[in-house]
Amino acid sequence: MTIGSLFTILIGGMLINNIILARFIGMCPFMGVSTKLSSAVGMGIAVIFVVFGASVMSYLLYYFVLVPLNITYMRLISFILLIASFVQFVEMFIKKTSPSLYKSLGIYLPLITTNCAVLYVAIDNITQKYNLIETMVNSIGVPAGFMLVLVIFATIRERLSGNDVPKAFQGNPIAFVVAAIMAIAFGAFAGLV
Amino acid sequence: MEKKNGFLTELILNNPVFGLYLGICSALGITTALDNAVGMGIAVIIILTISNIVVSLIAPITPDEIHIPVYIVVIATLVTIVGLLMQAFMPSLYSTLGAFVDLIVVNCIILGRAEAYASSHNVKDSIRDGLMMGLAYTFAILAMSLIRQILGTGVLSLSNPLTQQTIFSLRLLPAGYEIPVLTSQTGAFLTFACLAAAVAAYKNSIDEKEAAAAKEAAKKAAADKAAKAKEAAAKAAAAKAAAAKAAAEKSSVKEGA
Repeated sequence: MTIGSLFTILIGGMLINNIILARFIGMCPFMGVSTKLSSAVGMGIAVIFVVFGASVMSYLLYYFVLVPLNITYMRLISFILLIASFVQFVEMFIKKTSPSLYKSLGIYLPLITTNCAVLYVAIDNITQKYNLIETMVNSIGVPAGFMLVLVIFATIRERLSGNDVPKAFQGNPIAFVVAAIMAIAFGAFAGLV
Repeated sequence: MEKKNGFLTELILNNPVFGLYLGICSALGITTALDNAVGMGIAVIIILTISNIVVSLIAPITPDEIHIPVYIVVIATLVTIVGLLMQAFMPSLYSTLGAFVDLIVVNCIILGRAEAYASSHNVKDSIRDGLMMGLAYTFAILAMSLIRQILGTGVLSLSNPLTQQTIFSLRLLPAGYEIPVLTSQTGAFLTFACLAAAVAAYKNSIDEKEAAAAKEAAKKAAADKAAKAKEAAAKAAAAKAAAAKAAAEKSSVKEGA
């Protein structure tokens, strides 16, 4: 393991295998909170934080509890419970310690439990057989890519809202057309590594 | 729900994927080939129906504060079972679907139906709802994968997931006329956008028709009301006239007497 290979994981997770445009994971918040730039930024930060915490904890749970007990088939159930309780805990913690942060991030936290990105990154770290440091790098790279695309998409949608769109395409369908064009652009990253 | 609509109309209009934008991740991710869509659709129908049954049974004894974690554990257990069965009997399908089998847990349709329907209805209704919603989801991903596979590769084929033998394989477009971009990520977004727009247009046309019908009905009702009012007025006038006549007759009779 070198710095180079870690960098490859970071760029790979962020740009090449972008979680939204290349893997189609985390579509619900992508469509749901991308109508305003400020909420996209808030959601992005919340996702980076939760994905990182939940992935590292899932890693520890998997290798120090599930593997020694030989119950790796319980992976899915234990991970989803871990994520749900972690999100709940973070929400309570932020509410107690920083009301202003809670005000700006709080409404996005419950939504994150049903964000498939969190579960996907936790499982991906295990199936790719990453070690702890690689897990940490991957768990920052992937949600950073999520935030990048979400913010770009939100700025486009803000401009789009004032335009004259055919009636049937109004709302979400035109947003999917925008996503299709962005997917072409992100396809160019494929040869980067 | 409205019983007057046909089965197919209900499938299209109340479609969880194109109407409510639930469960889009897998609808975009696995619809490159018909095989994947069939496998995924069957898995979701099974999990959704069983989870609806279990949730409707345990809902009365579940404390309110922890009902979401309980439902998630039920769903995660079912997904684990289906995933293990798939791995054992259909290894090739399992590997092409990849992470999306595990991600059925966070497919919003399943938790959404458990929360919105099964927790407050009896077992029989919940089974019906689970089958309906599962079919609607399958219908959506089948439509996506048919368009993407036929236009993207020109060949429509289906193979048996248990034995991997090809059941049928048809070349519908001559070689050289296919549009390979439809099998890529861009194609997934574009196909979805067009189908969602088609559903929205259909919905709009029905809404307009209903609005027009409602207007017509309102007009008719108003006309009826006016006619009735006129009739009533005429009747009243006639009655008045009759009364006056009677009174006049009476007075004339009196006078005569």
